[in-house]
Amino acid sequence: MKLARVIGSVVCDSKDGSLAGVKLLLLQPLTEALMEDGEPLVACDTVQAGVGDTVIWVGGREAALALENWYNPADAAVMGIVDQVNRGRAE
Amino acid sequence: MILARVIGNVVCTIKAKALAGQKLLLVQPLNAAGKKCGKALLALDAVQAGEGDTVLVLDEGNSSRLILGDSQAPVRTMIVGIVDAVHIDAEEG
Repeated sequence: MKLARVIGSVVCDSKDGSLAGVKLLLLQPLTEALMEDGEPLVACDTVQAGVGDTVIWVGGREAALALENWYNPADAAVMGIVDQVNRGRAE
Repeated sequence: MILARVIGNVVCTIKAKALAGQKLLLVQPLNAAGKKCGKALLALDAVQAGEGDTVLVLDEGNSSRLILGDSQAPVRTMIVGIVDAVHIDAEEG
Protein backbone atom coordinates (compact mmCIF):
# COMPACT_ATOMS: atom_id res chain seq x y z
CA MET A 1 0.00 0.00 0.00
CA LYS A 2 1.10 3.54 -0.70
CA LEU A 3 0.04 7.12 -0.14
CA ALA A 4 -1.50 9.37 -2.80
CA ARG A 5 -3.59 12.48 -3.20
CA VAL A 6 -6.81 12.48 -5.24
CA ILE A 7 -6.36 15.09 -7.97
CA GLY A 8 -9.38 14.34 -10.13
CA SER A 9 -11.82 11.78 -11.40
CA VAL A 10 -12.09 9.82 -14.63
CA VAL A 11 -15.37 9.05 -16.37
CA CYS A 12 -15.62 6.18 -18.84
CA ASP A 13 -18.92 5.63 -20.56
CA SER A 14 -17.78 2.39 -22.07
CA LYS A 15 -15.77 0.08 -19.86
CA ASP A 16 -15.47 -3.54 -18.83
CA GLY A 17 -18.76 -4.83 -17.38
CA SER A 18 -17.15 -5.82 -14.09
CA LEU A 19 -16.23 -2.19 -13.48
CA ALA A 20 -19.80 -0.92 -13.94
CA GLY A 21 -20.73 1.48 -11.14
CA VAL A 22 -17.16 1.79 -9.94
CA LYS A 23 -15.88 5.34 -9.48
CA LEU A 24 -12.48 6.01 -11.04
CA LEU A 25 -10.12 8.51 -9.45
CA LEU A 26 -6.96 10.16 -10.68
CA LEU A 27 -4.25 9.78 -8.03
CA GLN A 28 -0.95 11.57 -7.60
CA PRO A 29 1.37 9.23 -5.66
CA LEU A 30 3.05 10.82 -2.62
CA THR A 31 6.16 10.15 -0.60
CA GLU A 32 5.99 9.56 3.16
CA ALA A 33 6.59 13.34 3.49
CA LEU A 34 3.46 13.90 1.34
CA MET A 35 5.50 15.29 -1.55
CA GLU A 36 4.50 14.39 -5.12
CA ASP A 37 6.32 11.32 -6.34
CA GLY A 38 5.99 9.92 -9.84
CA GLU A 39 3.28 10.07 -12.47
CA PRO A 40 -0.47 10.19 -11.77
CA LEU A 41 -2.48 6.99 -12.19
CA VAL A 42 -6.12 5.93 -12.32
CA ALA A 43 -7.52 3.87 -9.46
CA CYS A 44 -10.91 2.41 -8.52
CA ASP A 45 -12.56 3.98 -5.48
CA THR A 46 -13.92 1.82 -2.63
CA VAL A 47 -14.26 4.45 0.11
CA GLN A 48 -16.01 7.43 -1.53
CA ALA A 49 -12.86 9.55 -1.58
CA GLY A 50 -12.97 12.99 -3.19
CA VAL A 51 -10.62 15.47 -4.82
CA GLY A 52 -8.03 16.76 -2.34
CA ASP A 53 -8.21 13.74 -0.04
CA THR A 54 -5.00 11.98 0.94
CA VAL A 55 -5.64 8.27 0.51
CA ILE A 56 -4.01 4.87 0.78
CA TRP A 57 -4.07 2.74 -2.35
CA VAL A 58 -2.98 -0.72 -3.33
CA GLY A 59 -1.75 -1.89 -6.72
CA GLY A 60 -1.70 -5.25 -8.48
CA ARG A 61 -3.95 -8.26 -7.87
CA GLU A 62 -5.03 -6.92 -4.49
CA ALA A 63 -6.75 -3.97 -6.14
CA ALA A 64 -9.26 -6.32 -7.76
CA LEU A 65 -10.03 -7.89 -4.36
CA ALA A 66 -10.86 -4.48 -2.92
CA LEU A 67 -13.92 -4.15 -5.15
CA GLU A 68 -17.24 -5.75 -4.29
CA ASN A 69 -17.12 -8.00 -7.33
CA TRP A 70 -13.53 -9.24 -7.11
CA TYR A 71 -13.44 -10.82 -10.56
CA ASN A 72 -12.41 -7.65 -12.38
CA PRO A 73 -9.43 -6.21 -14.24
CA ALA A 74 -8.54 -3.40 -11.78
CA ASP A 75 -4.86 -2.86 -11.02
CA ALA A 76 -5.11 0.01 -8.54
CA ALA A 77 -7.71 0.70 -5.85
CA VAL A 78 -8.16 3.29 -3.12
CA MET A 79 -8.47 1.52 0.25
CA GLY A 80 -8.82 4.30 2.79
CA ILE A 81 -8.92 8.03 3.46
CA VAL A 82 -5.97 9.24 5.51
CA ASP A 83 -6.73 11.33 8.59
CA GLN A 84 -3.18 11.67 9.80
CA VAL A 85 0.37 10.62 8.90
CA ASN A 86 2.70 10.51 11.92
CA ARG A 87 6.42 10.44 11.30
CA GLY A 88 8.87 10.55 14.15
CA ARG A 89 12.58 10.72 14.65
CA ALA A 90 13.20 7.12 13.58
CA GLU A 91 13.75 8.31 10.06
CA MET B 1 10.74 -10.49 2.39
CA ILE B 2 12.63 -7.25 2.79
CA LEU B 3 14.34 -5.44 5.64
CA ALA B 4 12.79 -2.11 6.57
CA ARG B 5 12.59 0.41 9.37
CA VAL B 6 9.32 1.64 10.83
CA ILE B 7 9.29 5.42 10.35
CA GLY B 8 5.74 6.30 11.33
CA ASN B 9 2.12 5.39 11.20
CA VAL B 10 -0.99 6.34 9.26
CA VAL B 11 -4.46 6.78 10.69
CA CYS B 12 -7.57 6.21 8.57
CA THR B 13 -11.12 6.34 9.90
CA ILE B 14 -12.72 5.46 6.58
CA LYS B 15 -11.11 2.35 5.13
CA ALA B 16 -11.77 -1.00 3.49
CA LYS B 17 -13.42 -3.60 5.75
CA ALA B 18 -10.36 -5.83 5.61
CA LEU B 19 -8.31 -3.07 7.26
CA ALA B 20 -10.68 -2.61 10.22
CA GLY B 21 -8.80 -2.86 13.50
CA GLN B 22 -5.44 -3.18 11.78
CA LYS B 23 -2.47 -0.97 12.54
CA LEU B 24 -0.99 0.73 9.46
CA LEU B 25 2.72 1.55 9.66
CA LEU B 26 4.99 3.48 7.31
CA VAL B 27 8.11 1.45 6.57
CA GLN B 28 11.29 2.53 4.80
CA PRO B 29 13.07 -0.33 2.99
CA LEU B 30 16.74 -0.79 3.94
CA ASN B 31 19.70 -2.35 2.18
CA ALA B 32 21.93 -4.98 3.80
CA ALA B 33 24.03 -2.24 5.39
CA GLY B 34 20.95 -0.77 7.05
CA LYS B 35 20.80 2.31 4.82
CA LYS B 36 17.60 3.66 3.23
CA CYS B 37 16.90 2.26 -0.21
CA GLY B 38 13.81 2.74 -2.33
CA LYS B 39 10.42 4.23 -1.56
CA ALA B 40 8.54 4.00 1.71
CA LEU B 41 5.58 1.60 1.91
CA LEU B 42 2.50 1.21 4.04
CA ALA B 43 2.27 -2.13 5.80
CA LEU B 44 -0.17 -3.85 8.13
CA ASP B 45 1.39 -4.89 11.41
CA ALA B 46 1.15 -8.55 12.46
CA VAL B 47 3.78 -8.42 15.23
CA GLN B 48 3.16 -5.25 17.25
CA ALA B 49 6.17 -3.44 15.82
CA GLY B 50 6.82 0.18 16.77
CA GLU B 51 8.50 3.23 15.39
CA GLY B 52 12.27 2.82 15.02
CA ASP B 53 12.14 -0.99 14.87
CA THR B 54 13.94 -2.77 12.08
CA VAL B 55 11.41 -5.20 10.69
CA LEU B 56 10.86 -7.96 8.20
CA VAL B 57 8.30 -6.91 5.60
CA LEU B 58 6.36 -9.22 3.36
CA ASP B 59 5.29 -7.64 0.05
CA GLU B 60 3.29 -10.45 -1.49
CA GLY B 61 -0.48 -10.76 -1.44
CA ASN B 62 -1.11 -14.46 -1.06
CA SER B 63 1.20 -14.82 1.93
CA SER B 64 -0.37 -11.77 3.56
CA ARG B 65 -3.87 -13.13 3.07
CA LEU B 66 -2.75 -16.40 4.63
CA ILE B 67 -1.56 -14.55 7.74
CA LEU B 68 -4.82 -12.59 7.94
CA GLY B 69 -6.82 -15.77 7.42
CA ASP B 70 -8.97 -14.03 4.81
CA SER B 71 -8.58 -15.29 1.26
CA GLN B 72 -10.32 -12.21 -0.18
CA ALA B 73 -8.53 -9.47 1.77
CA PRO B 74 -7.09 -6.80 -0.55
CA VAL B 75 -3.84 -6.71 1.41
CA ARG B 76 -0.33 -7.15 0.10
CA THR B 77 2.22 -5.64 2.48
CA MET B 78 2.64 -6.86 6.07
CA ILE B 79 5.21 -6.66 8.83
CA VAL B 80 5.90 -10.24 9.86
CA GLY B 81 8.93 -9.97 12.13
CA ILE B 82 11.00 -7.64 14.29
CA VAL B 83 14.69 -7.94 13.45
CA ASP B 84 17.12 -8.35 16.36
CA ALA B 85 20.33 -8.64 14.35
CA VAL B 86 21.61 -8.95 10.81
CA HIS B 87 24.92 -10.71 10.24
CA ILE B 88 26.69 -10.30 6.91
CA ASP B 89 29.64 -12.43 5.84
CA ALA B 90 32.74 -10.21 5.91
CA GLU B 91 33.67 -11.32 2.39
CA GLU B 92 30.29 -10.18 1.07
CA GLY B 93 30.22 -6.87 2.90
